[in-house]
Amino acid sequence: MKPKTRWIPFILLGIIVVVCALAPVLPMADPIVMDMLKRFAPPSLAEPLGNDEYGRSVFSRIIWGTQISLIVAISSAAIACVIGTSLGILAAYLRGIVDVVIMRLMDVLLCLPALLLAMLFVTLYGGGAAALVPIMALVFVPSFTRVAYSGVLTVRSQEYVEAAQAIGASQVRIMFRTILPNISAPMLVQLSLSAASAVTLESGLSFLGLGIVPPEASLGMMIGMARSTMAHAPLLLVWPCLALTILVLVLNAVCDALRDLLDPRPAGGADASE
Amino acid sequence: MFWFIRRLMLSIVLLWLVFTVVFLSIYMVPGDPVQLLLSSDAGSADTAAVEALRTKLGLDRPIYVQYFDRLLGLFRLDLGVSLVSNAPIIADIATRLPRTLELIAAAAVLSLLVGLPAGVAAALRRGRTFDRIALSVTGFAQSVPVFVIGTLLVLVLAQMLRLVPAGGFIEFSEDPGRHMILLMMPALAISVGLAATVFRITRSSVLEVIPLDYVRTARAKGISRNRVTTRHILRNALMPVVTVFALSLGSLLSGTLLVEFVFNWPGLSSMLIRAVHARDYTTVTGVLLVTSALFILINLVVDIIYAVLDPRVRR
Repeated sequence: MKPKTRWIPFILLGIIVVVCALAPVLPMADPIVMDMLKRFAPPSLAEPLGNDEYGRSVFSRIIWGTQISLIVAISSAAIACVIGTSLGILAAYLRGIVDVVIMRLMDVLLCLPALLLAMLFVTLYGGGAAALVPIMALVFVPSFTRVAYSGVLTVRSQEYVEAAQAIGASQVRIMFRTILPNISAPMLVQLSLSAASAVTLESGLSFLGLGIVPPEASLGMMIGMARSTMAHAPLLLVWPCLALTILVLVLNAVCDALRDLLDPRPAGGADASE
Repeated sequence: MFWFIRRLMLSIVLLWLVFTVVFLSIYMVPGDPVQLLLSSDAGSADTAAVEALRTKLGLDRPIYVQYFDRLLGLFRLDLGVSLVSNAPIIADIATRLPRTLELIAAAAVLSLLVGLPAGVAAALRRGRTFDRIALSVTGFAQSVPVFVIGTLLVLVLAQMLRLVPAGGFIEFSEDPGRHMILLMMPALAISVGLAATVFRITRSSVLEVIPLDYVRTARAKGISRNRVTTRHILRNALMPVVTVFALSLGSLLSGTLLVEFVFNWPGLSSMLIRAVHARDYTTVTGVLLVTSALFILINLVVDIIYAVLDPRVRR
């Protein structure tokens, strides 16, 4: 990617984040209040995307839905990053029994497909945004642990680690002050990848009716609910599909751009030259 | 031989660990799991119902008794009974799992049929128009969530153009033609993203093989272009494709669950979703155990195929 165009994904994501953050103060209709007189109202100047089957503003619900998706995705990815990275560093630096226990546990979690693992805990906890964050964080922990683990294995034999050991730095200090900064680039890439797949996972769960609970809006839930009325209101289905696709596309583009920025080497063989 | 036994033992240990983690999941929840399972928007459940469910789940017995009880049940292929219908879970899985596997197989075949040739073609024409277009199309295809593709397929093909039914299922023995049509729609939805993945790996894998010496030698010997492509390049480029394909089966399963729901395909998905809605804990864990066992089995098979193809792996 050319240096000038590589910032585009970040700018687009920035715009989405700012619009979602400003949702409470934007001059939009309330996303939850129903108005039966406006059921299936076509797009108008006041309501650019029309109203849904309960007369709620589709435009406003999309903005609020994107906001919830982003909050849930980013916070669960961030929690998973903190826990997973710490576990990975501990396993790779301390080795021995700690290594075996942590890494085998991650192997086990990786055997369970993400959606199914999330569904198991939704069965136990119930859905809703507050329950979804820890559930999804758990799903994403193993990938962070794996990345941190292999990062530490390459870093731990470096001379600056030996130097830190030689001056008698404590193990905690070496792990989190010496090693951690040196594996931060792959961890940041993994954070962006996890946030992108968290958006997909959350929308999938909400689509099945197992994620965000009504009346709150979520893009996946909007798609799921609009399915029943698609015969006479196909646009109600198209808008959230479009919004979700754009959101995931932008997030994936951010991941790619981040990888290019942090790792200037032509990695992965052939694709890097394009 | 020693290698195979070691690898087999590893899979069995992994399966046992998965069972243990899934078994313990009910204890990982803060608070009383039975209260949680029975809680609803209406408020907390009455004491009698809580005690009844506790006995039914066996949670009133010591934890090690429950553990060995369920572990022994596993050897008899007994996953317990559903909390809702009291029917044995394994029977329900046995009728539904083949349908899910059929869908996955159809999607896998479709995506390999498209992704492999397209990947080779793009790699041979690197940087040209076809390559560039295919790269951006697949980049887009990988980003669209699978249930969005499925839902839009229903909207366009079934609802607007009225070409195909919106979904459903009919036994192959009853009406083979209709069965295939109903199968193709969800398979198509799954294979869009999968074909894109296959395309990308094939392309980069072929690009790594093309500059190798034996390819140049084969060309210098005057072997025809097609023969070099299929016999020398593709055969050697296939290994990474097999690996990534096998590894993506886990996410494929997640996608299949969503697509089954979209097309009313009566596989594991509808059973699982109904169970999660009804807080039917035993059914959910049963499905989870069977799918992860499948996942472990597939990984084992892939590793064995590897070892047969390439003896260097056996170390």
